[in-house]
Amino acid sequence: MTMIKGYRRPDGKVGIRNHLLLLPTVVCANQVVNRIQQQVPGSVAIPHQHGCSQVGDDKERTHKVLVGMGKNPNVGAVLVVSLGCEVMNAEQIRDEIAETGKPVIWIDIQDEGGSVNTIKKGTEIAKELEQKIASIPYENISLSELIVGVKCGGSDATSGLCSNPALGRTSDMIIDKGGSIVMGETTEIIGAEHILAEKAVNEEVTKKLYDSIAKFETEIERMGVDMRGSNPSPGNIEGGLSSIEEKSLGCISKAGTAPLQGVVDFASEIPGKGFYFMDSPGNDIECVTGMAAAGIQLVCFTTGRGTPTGNPIVPVIKISGNEVMAKRMADNIDVDTSPVLQGKESLQQAGERIFKEIVSVASGELTKAEILGHQEFSISRIGISL
Amino acid sequence: METKEKTFGAGVSCIVMNQNDNVVTLLRSINKGEVLTFQIEDQTCTLTAKEDVAFGHKLALNQIKIGDTILKYGESIGIATTTIEEGEHVHVHNLIGVRGRGDQ
Repeated sequence: MTMIKGYRRPDGKVGIRNHLLLLPTVVCANQVVNRIQQQVPGSVAIPHQHGCSQVGDDKERTHKVLVGMGKNPNVGAVLVVSLGCEVMNAEQIRDEIAETGKPVIWIDIQDEGGSVNTIKKGTEIAKELEQKIASIPYENISLSELIVGVKCGGSDATSGLCSNPALGRTSDMIIDKGGSIVMGETTEIIGAEHILAEKAVNEEVTKKLYDSIAKFETEIERMGVDMRGSNPSPGNIEGGLSSIEEKSLGCISKAGTAPLQGVVDFASEIPGKGFYFMDSPGNDIECVTGMAAAGIQLVCFTTGRGTPTGNPIVPVIKISGNEVMAKRMADNIDVDTSPVLQGKESLQQAGERIFKEIVSVASGELTKAEILGHQEFSISRIGISL
Repeated sequence: METKEKTFGAGVSCIVMNQNDNVVTLLRSINKGEVLTFQIEDQTCTLTAKEDVAFGHKLALNQIKIGDTILKYGESIGIATTTIEEGEHVHVHNLIGVRGRGDQ
């Protein structure tokens, strides 16, 4: 049995990090949260642009992401900071996160009497929470408790030739050992959905997959735009990718060969073991955010053009197939699979190297993105600002 | 998928992902007039590049007529907007994706 090291949470879930999360419920609380974070360097903050002037599904999505970030097992404790007059219901956010059994404290800027008081009180609470979670034991845990997000971004031709198929081998190894894989990016399976659909375990899953794609294509039609205005991106095109279909065909190999167990909504918890698809935008930061809010503990991210992308609470392992970029951006890339293209290594061997990296990172080793402090966070929206 | 089983030989300059493909992907930048050697299944094939083309980009394996489907990984990646001659660069100037097109 392959073992990793992690933290067992009161609800039984396993985290591979032990973060203290500072969570603003609304954009108006960002500065206060950032100042608390400066006083408590071991904490992570998720400033964002939302939380007010939102209605319906759009409001629900922001709520779901904020709660999901707090519930993620990589988080040991949460400090929620609200303004007091926003659309988000801070009390409800606190209560839903507290269902996990982890410590959650909520403070409100209007109640506390302004920024200075809230920063002072928030800093004291954060330091107490930090001490509280510092005593949580670090245990040996089976890799079968790991849910790995697979993502690609800043793709070039090498992504489809080696880094994604190599990661596909790794995905098979994770699933063989009882773990789970989640792939996102609905816009980036367009043109390759028939291949993915063949793997679906039943008709319901197939239908949900096709419905997810239809929803995006209907929206593109409604707006009357050519998707290629943004996808493939200018960098994708310079790297040799000519169409969304070509990008998608290279993209899907990273999930490996396992059957598709289900299609989940953005930021929704993964209901079982094996391979799942998350209906989510192709945008790198929004997609990884959706995975983190779903409770994924680790993301494997392939890139040919190079990206520094990280996440505040989820380690992001960067994998490349482009030798020149991997050397030029060595401070961002964790695994270089380009020896495959030079005939020096098989896809299986490259996949095994990625697997070893996952085991190391899931046992405490920091990713390049973590070392550099990359904590990109962005909530996807489905409506207008009011 | 076919791609998963593909192996890359040392010093190989380009690769055909599936025997049905009509494009070859370059594993290094090449110059006009260069003769490329590659395998399709067990057959060794050659192709002369008609222009300078960058790493990661594609060349036509044979003549592709306007409106024809362009295949990579054995699947459609779009259609030709002009007739593309053997050895010519295949990219956004002569290939158009047919999906995600709300403008049509």
